[in-house]
Amino acid sequence: MVEAALSRPENLPVGPVGRDGVGWWGVGTLIVTEGALFGYLLFAYFYTGATAPTGWLLETTPSLKLALPNTLLLLLSSLVAWQAERGILRRRRSQALVGFGLVFLMGAIFVAVQWLEWRSKSYGLGTSSYASLYFVTTGFHIAHVIVGLLILIALFSWTALDFFSPRRRLVVSAGVFYWHFVDIVWLLVFSTYYLTPYLGFGQ
Amino acid sequence: MRQLDFRTPLIGVDSVDHEARLLRLWTTSPGLKGFFTSVDHKQIGIRYIVTAFIFLALGGIEALVMRLQLAGPNLSLLTPAQYNQLFSTHGMTMIFLYAAPVLSGFSNYLWPLLLGSRDMAFPRLNALGYWIYLASGIFLYTGFLTGNGPNDGWFNYVPYASRDYNPGLNEDFYALGMVFLGISTTVGAANFIVTAFRTRAPGMSINRLPILVWGTLTASVANLIVVPAVSLAFFLLWMDRQFGTHFFDPAGGGQPLLWQHLFWIFGHPWVYAIVLPAMGMVSDGLPVFCRRPLVGYSLVALSTVATMILGFGVWVHHMFATGLPGLGLSFFSGASIVIVLPSAVAVFAWLATIRLGRPVITTAFLFFSSMILLFVIGGVSGFMTASVPVDWQLTDTYFVVAHLHYVLIGINVFPVVGATYFWFPKMTGRMLNERLGRWNFWTMFLGFNLAFLPMHLTGLLGMPRRVYTYNDYAGWHVLNLITSIGAFVLAIGVLLFFVNVLRSLRIGAVAGSNPWDAPTLEWAVSSPPPPYNFSVIPTLATRHPLWEDRLGGGGAVSSIDHGMLLDEGKETIGTSALDGVPDMVLEMPKDSFAPLLLTLGLVAVFVGLLLKAWFAVGIGGAVVALALLSWFWPRSELREREPARG
Repeated sequence: MVEAALSRPENLPVGPVGRDGVGWWGVGTLIVTEGALFGYLLFAYFYTGATAPTGWLLETTPSLKLALPNTLLLLLSSLVAWQAERGILRRRRSQALVGFGLVFLMGAIFVAVQWLEWRSKSYGLGTSSYASLYFVTTGFHIAHVIVGLLILIALFSWTALDFFSPRRRLVVSAGVFYWHFVDIVWLLVFSTYYLTPYLGFGQ
Repeated sequence: MRQLDFRTPLIGVDSVDHEARLLRLWTTSPGLKGFFTSVDHKQIGIRYIVTAFIFLALGGIEALVMRLQLAGPNLSLLTPAQYNQLFSTHGMTMIFLYAAPVLSGFSNYLWPLLLGSRDMAFPRLNALGYWIYLASGIFLYTGFLTGNGPNDGWFNYVPYASRDYNPGLNEDFYALGMVFLGISTTVGAANFIVTAFRTRAPGMSINRLPILVWGTLTASVANLIVVPAVSLAFFLLWMDRQFGTHFFDPAGGGQPLLWQHLFWIFGHPWVYAIVLPAMGMVSDGLPVFCRRPLVGYSLVALSTVATMILGFGVWVHHMFATGLPGLGLSFFSGASIVIVLPSAVAVFAWLATIRLGRPVITTAFLFFSSMILLFVIGGVSGFMTASVPVDWQLTDTYFVVAHLHYVLIGINVFPVVGATYFWFPKMTGRMLNERLGRWNFWTMFLGFNLAFLPMHLTGLLGMPRRVYTYNDYAGWHVLNLITSIGAFVLAIGVLLFFVNVLRSLRIGAVAGSNPWDAPTLEWAVSSPPPPYNFSVIPTLATRHPLWEDRLGGGGAVSSIDHGMLLDEGKETIGTSALDGVPDMVLEMPKDSFAPLLLTLGLVAVFVGLLLKAWFAVGIGGAVVALALLSWFWPRSELREREPARG
């Protein structure tokens, strides 16, 4: 094997090509550790809820009026982000620019609606352990969305500068991957705080 | 000029021109600029090791002051409050600022050399990990030096740590400092994982990895998953203390046991994270002095991974006395007992290696082999406390203190000192003095056992841990005096080690490239290695490339001097995760200010959070954002974007 490798070396890509590069693995490790962080936040919710006396849940039927459309908006933004990435893959720069701009807008609306949602609550951060968990968990998520928005600004600008091609675009794929992750995490946070009470958890 | 997206790496042998080209590409800038911007894994590794040893000395001095206080009954060298800060800071220092970083240091230095690579996968991330470690260590010690050190033990239970019972800044320093330090551990872990899977020499398939790599890789996977638990716990504690949340406060519906769960979900895997790489050092180092390969390589590698997988499911054995349901305790007790099996695999593999080999008694051999004995003692006392009724009897007594010191000193400090004797020649080009080494070993070994073997008895006689003094009618004073004497003998041993290092740096015998006649790749390069490590990328055929002439091995021969030249840029080879087949040429980043800048921004953020100076948090946050922007800005020399159009 050694002789073969040395006498007939293969033609190799130089630097990251497509998604293949150490940077892709790097963003993967970031997502594992961040996913674990949200896992512990949800563990804190379920553990505290499961060991608390009745009446712990401050909202037995959380209102879905803002939260459900907002959730759908965020999930939809993942599809748009995917299309923006495909714009780079197909050398359609305008598709990518419109896509990143649209995702940014959807993310910003999500943050604004979440702010309204917070304002509409009858309890605050210090009301009880439930309230503390609610605001800190959704707050952690909002912080991640805001980081995602900053990443989108960077991707938009770099695309406008014509940095990328289907071959050299790992940073685009990594940024979009992160955005998908932020959306999937929201689905879990939303299900935990808004749906499990309807299933009877914490009642 | 249009860059080529694909290239067939040139194969060749070393030459003067080739080396000059590599030196120009890989050498860190001289002077202060180079100091602050270096991304060389060897420099970073040595910084980690030196800093960790400084913390070891600080933690040791704290221990000695406590042992003076406890040398006899009713002494009043320390007030209870001072004693609280000392034992907590001692634990924090040894566990978080010494035990893990020193292993990161060795792994950072050694990994690319062991793997036949020119650097870690993410050199700038490596520099960031060190700077944050240093900055958070200084942050935590600023607390201690201003009288605001942690004072509720290293595991910091609520409600002791909540604001009602602990109103000072002590716990805020500890909480924020630990969140800060967690960033360093996490980025380091990510770097090790990607390095292990993606930047190895061609032919280094996963079954040819040195055990040290297995150990650090396993520990890194664990850290990546569990460090967020402790960072979150400390963050929530800080919120409870400063913003009136109720995570741990029963009066507001909070759950105090949540702290213990989050802490130990992290804490127990962490124990394995600070011993598995050290066990890897023994698995790689001991066979060199037995003049034969490690017995049961595959079993040892698999048991390393198995220990960690089981290690995720044992955290509740730290909480047996908290009144959890019996069924839960049985599960965690069972899991804790089963963990004996993979540990025993390693022990028997080492014993068989010694038995079947022809041991050459060196200082490094003494440290490595004595670790086996200390590991068995610490393992058996751990096995005892894995049993719920025994634990109820022994919890929070000095028996537990004896157990954890056998584990942490026995399986971390002894292998690390042994590893220093083993790899110091590689790092510095000079041998440590063997004669002084014998004095060093025997003083440490006798002092350690004198201090901690009787301590089991102190615990069995019922002396609780963390008390600042005791009465003379308790019957504990003779044992305590012996422990204090042992502690000072151990400290003299460690001092001899430091003396040997400082002395040998200047006048040690000059080491060749392979003074121990060892089998692995790091010994194929000069001591100390050149900035680029390998002038040609080696290609491996076996696990022991430098012992192929004597091991047979079916005639498979690795190629060390003849291989890929990779001198058209700052380059190394990327390989596939399992088989180690080359699959890309990696362009490596040059010196960078971004890691240090990012760290300085984070310092402003954490100091601002501590003092609630939101202005500083804002400025720090902006600096962090700028540093990240410059870091991730796509560069054409790294092939992260297309070169300028037109």
